[in-house]
Parts: sequence; structure tokens; C-alpha cells
Amino acid sequence: MSINASGWRPEAPISVGKTSSTTTGNKALMLEEALIFEIGDTTTTGVDFDQAPPLQGRGWGGAVPQNATADSRRGPTPNPSPEGEGLKDSRLGTLARTAPIGLPGLSEPETVRHYTRLSRQNYGIDLGFFPLGSCTMKHNPRLNEKMARLPGFADIHPLQPVDTVQGALGVINELANWLITLTGMYGVAMTPKAGAHGELCGMLCIKAALEARGEGHRKVVLVPESAHGTNPATAAFAGYTVEDIPATAEGRVDTAALLARLGPDVAAVMITNPNTCGLFERDMKVISDAVHAAGGFVYCDGANFNAIVGRVRPGDLGIDAMHINLHKTFSTPHGGGGPGSGPVVLSEALAPFGPLPFTARMADGHLQLIEEETAGDEHPHSFGRMCAFHGQMGMFTRALTYILSHGADGLRQVAEDAVLNANYILRSLDTTLEAPFGTSGPCMHEALFSDNGLAEGFSTIDVAKGLIDEGFHPMTMYFPLVVHGAMLIEPTETESKAALDQFIVALRSVAERAKAGDVSLKSAPHFAPRSRLDETLAARKPVLVWKDPDLAQAAE
Amino acid sequence: MRYLPLTQPDRDAMLGVIGVATIDDLFVDVPEAARLDGPIHGLPMHASEMAVERHMSALARKNLTAGQGPFFLGCGAYKHHVPASVDHLIQRGEFLTAYTPYQPEIAQGTLQMLFEFQTQVARLLGTDVANASMYDGSTACWEAIGMARRITKRGKAILSSGLHPHYVSVAKTMAKFTGDALETSAPTLSADTDLDALIAAIDKDTSCVVVQYPDILGRIADLKPLADACHAQKALLIAVVTEPVALGAIKSPGEMDADIVVGEGQSLGVGLQFGGPYVGLFGCKEKYVRQMPGRLCGETLDADGRRGFVLTLSTREQHIRREKATSNICTNSGLCALAFSVHMTLLGEAGLRQLAAINHAGAVAAAERLAQVPGVELVTPTFFNEFTLKLSQEARPVVRTLADRGILAGVSLGRLYPGVGALANGLVVAVTETTSAEDVEALASALQEILA
Repeated sequence: MSINASGWRPEAPISVGKTSSTTTGNKALMLEEALIFEIGDTTTTGVDFDQAPPLQGRGWGGAVPQNATADSRRGPTPNPSPEGEGLKDSRLGTLARTAPIGLPGLSEPETVRHYTRLSRQNYGIDLGFFPLGSCTMKHNPRLNEKMARLPGFADIHPLQPVDTVQGALGVINELANWLITLTGMYGVAMTPKAGAHGELCGMLCIKAALEARGEGHRKVVLVPESAHGTNPATAAFAGYTVEDIPATAEGRVDTAALLARLGPDVAAVMITNPNTCGLFERDMKVISDAVHAAGGFVYCDGANFNAIVGRVRPGDLGIDAMHINLHKTFSTPHGGGGPGSGPVVLSEALAPFGPLPFTARMADGHLQLIEEETAGDEHPHSFGRMCAFHGQMGMFTRALTYILSHGADGLRQVAEDAVLNANYILRSLDTTLEAPFGTSGPCMHEALFSDNGLAEGFSTIDVAKGLIDEGFHPMTMYFPLVVHGAMLIEPTETESKAALDQFIVALRSVAERAKAGDVSLKSAPHFAPRSRLDETLAARKPVLVWKDPDLAQAAE
Repeated sequence: MRYLPLTQPDRDAMLGVIGVATIDDLFVDVPEAARLDGPIHGLPMHASEMAVERHMSALARKNLTAGQGPFFLGCGAYKHHVPASVDHLIQRGEFLTAYTPYQPEIAQGTLQMLFEFQTQVARLLGTDVANASMYDGSTACWEAIGMARRITKRGKAILSSGLHPHYVSVAKTMAKFTGDALETSAPTLSADTDLDALIAAIDKDTSCVVVQYPDILGRIADLKPLADACHAQKALLIAVVTEPVALGAIKSPGEMDADIVVGEGQSLGVGLQFGGPYVGLFGCKEKYVRQMPGRLCGETLDADGRRGFVLTLSTREQHIRREKATSNICTNSGLCALAFSVHMTLLGEAGLRQLAAINHAGAVAAAERLAQVPGVELVTPTFFNEFTLKLSQEARPVVRTLADRGILAGVSLGRLYPGVGALANGLVVAVTETTSAEDVEALASALQEILA
């Protein structure tokens, strides 16, 4: 019986068991989206211009596509107009483009929908808990975004006369001052574009410093086996031979082994502190002193600075160089894989060798930006330039905004809450999963578990994929290498206790299933936009660009 | 503090679960001498959103922005109009706050976008394949030189005098540490590029020739003879494009048989941002793909047979190969690549070609107008949207004086090549769709006054 004349009445859903597939392949809010090459064409544009192209005369290879087809590979053919009275000739010489490019366009509404649909197939911090160990996936405040977009920062050119960009240099200097002060270091190289670029910067400073004192023969860099892969890759790139230093049973650098290896051939050690097992290297100062006594330098991978910001200054531990991932500790967005930013703080011994442009503390205490033309007087030992212009300015404005928001007191609280959250996870789960270094003391910002105790044939990846079905982004898997089936969980300080509690319940449940050998985990995730993807196929027959199906077949 | 959800009762309860009394107990492994007992002295304390906004806005106001008046700077960073929807889309939280797509089942948005980006870039540069982006054009350029060394097993790279001096500096820095020999020189203030000299310099020890197109002075030259000369000696041709919009109007380097084409993608979607973050473009011939640095996205199938995308060929990369990796690169410029890709999708081929046509036409008109000013000579007969003028006096002070009048007149070669007297009177002027005829007129009349 109807409630009103329209025939409407409240309905309760009727269960019909497993739903069948849909005609479109879409499932309500889960919408499939084709490639732009399949839905666009080369004649469509989503941009209106307020001028028609005024060049039609001699030497102009044809501007606007005239007869493009839906097949973007064939695209437009040039249609040069006859020479016209009063029309300017092009200055392209013989190089005017004649061949089609094959770039599909979409109207603006289609473009917005295309990328909005794609975005919904992504997991992000905004959506939920993203405990990727060593990556520091903390909340990205939108104030940072707003400040970076102020025209005074977003709409200035890197080569404008310096007196027209004093505010931008002010941002760099102010951030540099914070980074130097927070780390207790002497100078900072602001330009490195990411963490690994920062590592390279630090190692190049070390190499330049050694060469300056006639010790270029030091060719060995010691790297703990728990290090990020970028550390040995960086050292090798800088021309060094990499030697592994073992870890102790408690998950720290084997200090005795490291000290025993020091000698006249060792250029540097690269240590991550807090380390990738989530532990603070208690002997850091002892190691630094010994390395210095042996004539080497200490590089610290600062990826995990979030655990100690405001509580410990790396300069007090004898560090010579450390990169700071602004996209980790200082909340600039990860953006689906960059852009990052990796300023490098330097000790007094290394600061003279830092790259250009360089920000350093002058004798009177103020900070100054030095470029090529003044380098000869002010910074004669610089090893040179690492990138065009001034580094990741857009990240500097975001990071400074974040730092000012927290202040010295808030940043200290950041480290404390990050460490508290990680220890809470460690102690809440160490009876469910094996915590190989659970007895090594408190962890810092991340909790490490192994896959020991899972049923035969089950591994960390199955736990990770099970967590996807539970609505979480998985932890870091199989890193660090020193732990079998490592699961590295970094909650960060921006998670509430309620969020942690829900995650703990979920991980316990998934881990128990893996321990019990629940085969449904082997095919997880079941509820994601895709099930497990064939990475072997992707690598064996790489398809890296889209090709029109007919052309692709013809090629085979 | 607005970014910290834990309450004090939460903290106390959690310490209880952990089994310690205070937060300090969790930092016991820090040596006592290194423990700070309170907020670091001399730094400000936390601040409200409004207070931070006020502080940052005050800094921003000290800068003269490109949009405030006539603006003509280029040389590796260009002012283009970016449609509003680009910035909206890249601020979708699912793009902005995602990580590198290591869990592909829940990162198909980023991965499909990267696959589209790779295809757009490859087609634009005229290469078979392209990667998922590099830090910027200058680092992409260096990585290309390193890649050429790996492929040819030779250690001498010849850099054109028309290559952006910052890119040259980056290559020089890196070469010091890898032992590559670089041949470099400063450009001459003339119509002719150094292609003939480059061709003459190639020998059996040459790994690659690096040439910018259009070059730092804006000149464009046919790269085919250079490519042929490289290949005759089994060297590679690396072309560098700092203004991708140009490829809407001129032949791509790939069409002229360049082996590796790198570029700066900033012009599309990214904006000026005082030099960064930008997005490096990197494409090459298919046969060299396994020597390519950086991330690659590839197509594959999921367990149910549906098309999907993953990061692939990662055995080149540092997290697998450690010290034997092709590069230490661990990141790309994902969000800037997205901005580039969205802008390119909005333009499409028709839009890109129209945009390029407008840029070129504006530059031609501006060059002709400025060349009429007494004391101004047009150095570059062919160009896309950027050309070089020779002034009757040193350009750098002129640029400074014009800035005081609110005109950002271009990049003086004195800024880029300090101490090179022969270039001191050079001024590189860029004209894009954002430049109006009134802007050009303002520059012309101001120049006329100053040079009189």
C-alpha cells in the first residue's frame, strides 16, 4: 500500500545474494575509466583562446588541425594557407612541425570527470590510515597549499632581479634558520630536490672535503645492512666502494664491527638514525667520535627525523651531514610520488663545500644566499650546482608554513606523539605478530614485525593485501632487509587513538587469518578497484606507452 | 595544536598500555647529553592559522610577481596560463596525499595517470618511450649523460654552448664525481648555433652530444645532421627541450633521430614557483629502455584479467639493486607530472598547436617591434617564443632599471654568464600567450628611453 499518491513507499533492501556484474562494468561509486587515448581525439580542446593564430604566411607549417580523425595516431594533417597580404612570416625556418603528434584532448567537463574518477581509485592520507614505515605519511595541512599558492610565491620567476624577490629569499632564509637550529648544525644546502638527491649532496660535500685536504684516496663508505637502498646507490654513484656493516641481534649497528673497520681508506659512514628498525642508535656519538678520529665523516640519513625533531639535535651526536625530507617530517604532500625536497644540514667542517646556491650563517650571525657570481669571494670551495635555480621553493613555503604552525613546542610534541603512537602499536600487537626487536627497548616512530609464525605459504604480502580489504593502506613490506618478511608500521602523530585502535583490531584479525592459513587471504584484495596485478608480465613484456590497438597488432 | 588529535587522557591511557610512566621513558635510548629538556630556545612557539597566514602573506608581498606587469622572462621557466581545473584536480586529496604507488591495487589512479603521462611525453618528444618523470630538466639532462655513458661505455660528453648554463653546471658537478670528461663552451651572441663545431668534435671516445632545442638564446636548428654525425661514430644524441610548448609548432627532436630527449615540463600545468618544484621529462628510443633512470609505469593484467598498471622494470632501481642501480633516484615529480598531464589533456593536439601558434606569433611581433628601438638589435633570426636582443649597453643594469618601473624585461646574459664580457649586452626575451601587445609596447618605449 502506498503512503502517498506517487506510489512511493519506504523500502528495505532485499538481499539477493552475490550481485552479478553490471552492463557498464561500473559498480555504483566504483567507476571504471578508460584511457584518454580511448575517449579523446586530436581535434577536441578544453581550452579557449582569445586570439586566432595570426601567422599564416610563408614558412608556417599549419597551425590548427583541420581534418583530424578520431584516431589520434593519424591526427591532423597540416593545411597551410596561401600567403596572405599583411600576414607575418614565421620565424621557424625549416623546422615547422608537419607531422601529427597524436595528443588526444578532452573538453573541460570530460577532463574533470576523467581525473576525478581516476583519483577515486587511489588511497590517500585524506582517506585513511597510511602507516607506510619510513615514509612518514602524516596529515598534509591545506594551509600549506594555500600559502604556496599566494601569487607572491607561485608567480615569480627564478631569474628575476634579486631585489624583486626578497620575500622569496626571506622564506628560504627563514626555513634555513629553522632547519639549522632544529638540528644544531652549521649550514644548510637547500637545493636538493628529494631525499636521495640530498644524500648525494651530502656525499659530494664529504668527497670535496676529503679531496681538499688531500685525502681523495679514501674510497670506502660503510653502510649498515639495514640502510635504505638509496644509501649504497648514492655512495656508489659518488665513486665509493660500499661495505656492509652488520646489525646486532637487537637491531642496531654493530658498533664493534664498525669501529674495527675504520681506517685510512674509509671516507665516511652512512647511518640512519633513528634506524630503519625503528630504534635509536644509542652509540651514535661514540661512532661519530671514532669516525672523526679516524679521519672520516658521518652522514646521517634523516628520513626518520620525525621521531626526534625538537627532542634531539643531530649536531649533538657528531653528525656531519644529514638530509631532511620536507615531505616527511615537515608535511609537504607526497603527491603520488613526489615532488620531494631534501635540504641537507652540514657541520662546520662540511659547510664550505655545500652546493650553490647556498644559505650560510655569516660571521655576524645573519644568513645569506650565495650564487655563482659571489661564490668566489664568499663560498670558494663549493662543489658546484646540483640543479637549476633555487631548489623546491614550493616545498619551502609549505614546510615553513607547517613549522610556523607548530612552533618549537609543537614540533617537540610531534616527535613525542609519533613515538607514542608507534610504541602503542608495537605493544598492542607484539603478542599477535613477532616483533624481532621488541625487547631492544622502546621503538621510535615506527614498529617492526616479521612474518615468523604465519602459516606455511603465507607471507607479509598476504597480510598487506588483507589490510587493503579492511580499508587501510598497508605498512612497508619486506624492508628493512635484515628482518624476514618485514612489516614496518609508522603511524605518525596525526592519527587519533581511535584510528589506531581500529587498525590494531584489523591487523590482529588479518594476522590471525594468516597464521591459521586462511586461503582467501592469498587472493586478497577482494574489494579494491583491482585484484593482485601481474608484475612479472609487466616486466617481461613492457608496455610503457599506449599504442592504437590496430597498430599494436600490426607490429607483432 | 590543530594537527595533533591525541588528548592528554589518550596519551596517559596509551602510556599505560605500553607500560611506562612518562613520554621521557620512550626516549631512554638517547644519550643523556643529547636530550633536550624543553622546546629549543630562540624559536617561536606554535601559532594560529590566521597568524601564520599573516606572516607568510607579508613575505609574499615583498615579491614583484609576474602577473603584476609586463613580464618577459624565460630561460628554462615560462609563464603560461594554466586552466583553473588543473589546480583543482591536483588538489584532490587522493592524488595530493597518496604515496608512490607501491600497492597498485589501491593506486590505479596515479598509475593510469602516469601511463597516460608517459605516452603524452613520448609523443610530444618524438621518442618511443618516456619515464614517469624526473626531478626537473637540469637533473634529467645529467641523468641522460650518465645513461649515454652506460650504453656506449665511453666517458666523453660534448655539451653544446647553447645548453642552459645551469644545466651545464649540474653536469659539471656530477662529472667531477663520475670521471666523465665534458667539453663545454659559452655561446656567442650571434645567429649561428654551434652545430658545425659539435659535428666536428665528435670522435670515437664521444658518448654523447647534448644540444638544447630551442637553445638558451632561443635559436632553433635542424638536429638531423648532428644525429647522423653522432650515429656515424656510435655516439648518442641527447636533445634538451626547456619549452615543451615549442613542440606544438616545431619538429620534435625524436623526428630528427635524437636518441634521448629530456626536457623541463614546467610550462604545462606547473607555473613559475620561483624555480621549483618542476617536472623533468625523459624519453628515449625503445632499445635503451633498460638503461633508463627513474620510475616506469607499465600495463599489465590483474588476477581477474582486467587491465591495470604497475611500476615496472624496478630491477634497475636502488631499492632492489642498491649499489648496482642505474641511478640513486627514489622519487619522481608525481604531482607536477599530473599537472602537466591534465593541462595537456585539456589542450589536446589542437589546443597545443594553437597555443604554440599564438606564442610564436606574439614573439615574432615583439621581436620586430623591439628591434625597431634604437640601440636594439635582434640576434636570433629563427626562434619559437624566445629570442635574444643585443643592446647598445650592458643588459643587466637595464633589466634592473626596468624592474624599478615594474617591467620584468627578460633574462640578461650577464645574470646567466657572469664575467663573460662578450655576452654582457645580451638580453633574452620570452613572449607567451600571457603577453599582451601593450606589454610589448611598454617594454619597447621604456627601452627606448633608457638606451637613448
